[in-house]
Amino acid sequence: MTAENKEKKNTNNILSLQLKVDDFLPASAEEKQAVVKERESVSFFKDGIRRFRRNKIAMAALIAVILIMLLAFIVPMFYPYSYDAQMKGSERLAPMQYSETELERIAAGESVFPHLLGTDQNGRDYAIRVLMGARVSLTVGIVASAIVLLIGSTYGAVAGYFGGKLDLIMMRFVDILYTVPDVLIIILLASTLKYPLESLAQMPGFSWIQTIGPNMISMFLVFGLLYWVGMARIVRSQVMILKQSEYVTAAKALGAGNGRIIKKHLLTNCIGTLIVTTTLQIPSSIFTESFLSFLGLGVQAPMPSLGSLASAALNGLQSYPYRLFAPAFMIFIIILSFNLLGDGLRDAFDPKLKN
Amino acid sequence: MGKYITKRILLALVTAFVVASATFFIMNMVPGGPFLGEKAVTPAAQEALEAKFGLDKPLSEQYTTYMNDLLHGDLGPSLKKRGRTVNDIIATKFPVSAKLGGMAILIAFFVGVPLGSYAAFHRGKLIDNIIILFSTAGIAIPSFLSSTLLMYFLSAQWGLLPSKGLNSPACYIMPVIALALHPTSYIARLMRSSMLDVMGQDYMRTARAKGVSQVKSIFKHALRNAILPVVTYLGPLTAQLMTGSFIIEKIFVIPGLGSEFVGAITSRDYPLIMGTTIFLAMFIITLNVIVDILYAVIDPRIKLK
Repeated sequence: MTAENKEKKNTNNILSLQLKVDDFLPASAEEKQAVVKERESVSFFKDGIRRFRRNKIAMAALIAVILIMLLAFIVPMFYPYSYDAQMKGSERLAPMQYSETELERIAAGESVFPHLLGTDQNGRDYAIRVLMGARVSLTVGIVASAIVLLIGSTYGAVAGYFGGKLDLIMMRFVDILYTVPDVLIIILLASTLKYPLESLAQMPGFSWIQTIGPNMISMFLVFGLLYWVGMARIVRSQVMILKQSEYVTAAKALGAGNGRIIKKHLLTNCIGTLIVTTTLQIPSSIFTESFLSFLGLGVQAPMPSLGSLASAALNGLQSYPYRLFAPAFMIFIIILSFNLLGDGLRDAFDPKLKN
Repeated sequence: MGKYITKRILLALVTAFVVASATFFIMNMVPGGPFLGEKAVTPAAQEALEAKFGLDKPLSEQYTTYMNDLLHGDLGPSLKKRGRTVNDIIATKFPVSAKLGGMAILIAFFVGVPLGSYAAFHRGKLIDNIIILFSTAGIAIPSFLSSTLLMYFLSAQWGLLPSKGLNSPACYIMPVIALALHPTSYIARLMRSSMLDVMGQDYMRTARAKGVSQVKSIFKHALRNAILPVVTYLGPLTAQLMTGSFIIEKIFVIPGLGSEFVGAITSRDYPLIMGTTIFLAMFIITLNVIVDILYAVIDPRIKLK
């Protein structure tokens, strides 16, 4: 038999265990070229960002959110007026109007920053009050969402991961909280919580309560008590699916503890859902905050909030309608852009969550 | 089905108990208890008042008395309105709010559902985009803003509609629109996405393929399935309308339970706040149970769960 024949025989019989020598030769330059990646592999995150970028409405919403953040958090630092400084003699100025003393100063050659939205009945610059109101509303929205994220994801992940009786008990509790009419309880708590909080603020070490304001804290408490249930439900159902994946089994086999698996594997894999739900929680918290402030249960004077500004503007609606329009427009833009941003993030990172 | 309904009712009872207890303990955080408020009174008067409202007894005993009264439907006296009980106030004010809320629900449902379906049928066209635009904007406006803006333009500026009270049918227009704007937009969005979902299902194609007309397939197959998410939303919606009406009633000076509640918050009439909260909470919980049962009737698949 010749060598040529032998080779032919090998290729014919697929069951043969004989190794081909050719397979072990060094690869040629051509073959090496074929293995080189033509495209970067796309990670989940990159893929989401790419999808997000293509969504024009979502990008516009993102830009709007960034602009609002700048207006609310950065601009007041450089603004020539302060939100609580009462300027004598410049009460109830119309937009762009100057008071007499300011006119004198202008005549003397000084440059005076105009009151873009006029001043209120106490002589406070209204534009900065609207900006500060936006800051308060945004802070409440973001902090409340962070609280919801923290409690909801932990609770949901624990219930979903351990399952069984624990899950049953934990979820019954969630069911009950879910059917509690939250706004009623919020109003109830907001109107009563300030007494225990005020007495707590007298104690040493708790003076920070007074700086933040008891109303603000009671609002956060309420969000922390009631608003996390939706998040907990979503995270639980995700975790219940994820915990059956191979990498969880692998992590268990390698001896990872329950806490590590939840933190490192399950919650990190829910990240899309977490981002989307948290983003959509922000406008709904701002909604509730402005509602409470409108009722007079929100942040305390002289600190403005968009809701309390709108409420105060009601009395002079006929003469100063812009005092209502400015905070109203601000609330509208904030809620709208956060809603659209959340929708865009959902479409990009979590298409399954639609509906 | 029976098991499902029993479970729902049991859950509602537990929720009602939790809400009632929570209300009691939250109200006890007020210095002096809900019947005294934080106002300083002379020690003798304080004692007399405490004895009158049973506040001198231990908390556990107060709690059982309170729960017992509650089971008998007694919500106690009002603190600020002399000689009137909370029951009395609710009985006269609630029908006004319920009428307003009912009208808003009807509008939200019968405007939102067709609007959402229409947008879904004309997906990607101009009309779809217009409906999306308006419903997205409608969701972003809190009810207190829509109502104040309506009042400013329709009443103060153009003088088309009366701005307060409920004396003529025209008075209902603005409050109902303000109340219905948010839920209508929400239902339209919900309906649009669920209708698009249903239209893509195999059974819709099958229905068309076997010769069912377009109109008939929409009404008999698509609408019935697509409306389910809207039905589940009706429960939370009633809760939302009840609370939304607090502010709207205050703004339009409507003598309903909502403005009474807001007034009670500002005047710190704690028994009235407590009673109204419990009454509205029970109302919402009951409606939620009804909606859940209704849902099971409309969607036979739910029985399996």
